[in-house]
Amino acid sequence: MAKMHVKMTVNGTQVEALAEPRTLLIHFLREELGITGPHIGCETSHCGACTVDVDGRSVKSCTMFVGQANGASVTTVEGLVNPDGSLGVLQEMFREHHGLQCGFCTPGMITRAHRLLQENPNPSEEEVRFGMSGNLCRCTGYQNIVKAIMAAAAVLRGEKEAAE
Amino acid sequence: MIPGAFEYHRPETLGEATGLLSQLGDSARVLAGGHSLIPMMKLRMAAPEHLIDLAAIADLRGIAVGDDIRIGAMVTQAELIAHDGLAAACPLLREAALQIADPQVRYVGTVGGNVANGDPGNDMPGLMQCLGARYSLAGPGGTREVAARDFYISAYETARADDEILTGILVPHPAPGTGYAYEKQKRKIGDYATAAAAVTIGRNGASVAMTNLADRPIWSEAAGKALAAGDAAGAVAAALAEIDPGDDNRGPAEFKRHVAGVMLRRAIDRARARMG
Repeated sequence: MAKMHVKMTVNGTQVEALAEPRTLLIHFLREELGITGPHIGCETSHCGACTVDVDGRSVKSCTMFVGQANGASVTTVEGLVNPDGSLGVLQEMFREHHGLQCGFCTPGMITRAHRLLQENPNPSEEEVRFGMSGNLCRCTGYQNIVKAIMAAAAVLRGEKEAAE
Repeated sequence: MIPGAFEYHRPETLGEATGLLSQLGDSARVLAGGHSLIPMMKLRMAAPEHLIDLAAIADLRGIAVGDDIRIGAMVTQAELIAHDGLAAACPLLREAALQIADPQVRYVGTVGGNVANGDPGNDMPGLMQCLGARYSLAGPGGTREVAARDFYISAYETARADDEILTGILVPHPAPGTGYAYEKQKRKIGDYATAAAAVTIGRNGASVAMTNLADRPIWSEAAGKALAAGDAAGAVAAALAEIDPGDDNRGPAEFKRHVAGVMLRRAIDRARARMG
């Protein structure tokens, strides 16, 4: 089958490549571009470990063909660092509040939480839980994930400073 | 899980899309959000040689609240939920859409895909039957409308011809003061319903539809009539007489029948409490 020409912006950088149409976005990111933050967990659109941001939507990249993201702007957990390369607010709050144990779900959690806070900068705990319900943590560390996101929201609103 | 190889098409007009579909025939499938089709392709339970992505067709997008409510086929569940004018005109749509899948799936999954696919587990078909919606279909011979209540034949078998594309959904405005509710029992977020019930009660009568309790959604005319006459127990009995659940990993048929009764009773009670 002929390959297709794919062009997208990934974490602010324009990329171009030839890809088979059946290539899933997660495989394109990981194997073609070497961006291994988004993880392959269940491969059945349940776990959310592969979550990336595509044109302002949280998307399970195991359930999107590369052609569907052609021309899009894609952000992965790698793109959520500060311009100087230090941890971004959400990443820092996950560290500070022990929002990760094994860390496998973390890139998906943080990328999803990023979009959630863009849409709702002042969520209730219940809204965070509902908004994060497409991401599974098999360490079951949900309490601290929610705490980390609530803390990040407060920092982003300027109500609280991140601890050093 | 790698799907079979296919050729990817991205038409920019509806005419191009229906032309491709006629020309490619059985070897092609249309792609909306892909959240039913792509998992099937990964399992190799579907292996189309051509995928016709509808994402670039502007005519399939948008929500318009006019004499009817028109929802373009490619409107995502997230767009439907976010539309305040739609929520004001027909709040049942938002209430039900919030119970579909999970946030990521709702950003991509479309209303058109949900109603057109014919999966008995999908929530929108029963909902659209409850609301008395009509579907717009476009094919090589032109366009036509089919009532949601006439659309579903059996699992994945609908009144849509193979060379037609479902382009939009027309929902009549519920009468002012109509009470409504969608109640869904599921094992976890993201699961299909073990049983779900959609109910409206208003001055124009009542309507009852059930989801995932047969090989198609079940709109029960008898249940609606009983409910309009004030007989909630009769409505539940009438609806339960029409469903035909099977045993699967969501439970044995008897359990589903029990849950269906509970969901419907809750939906009736909540819809009554919301009547204006």
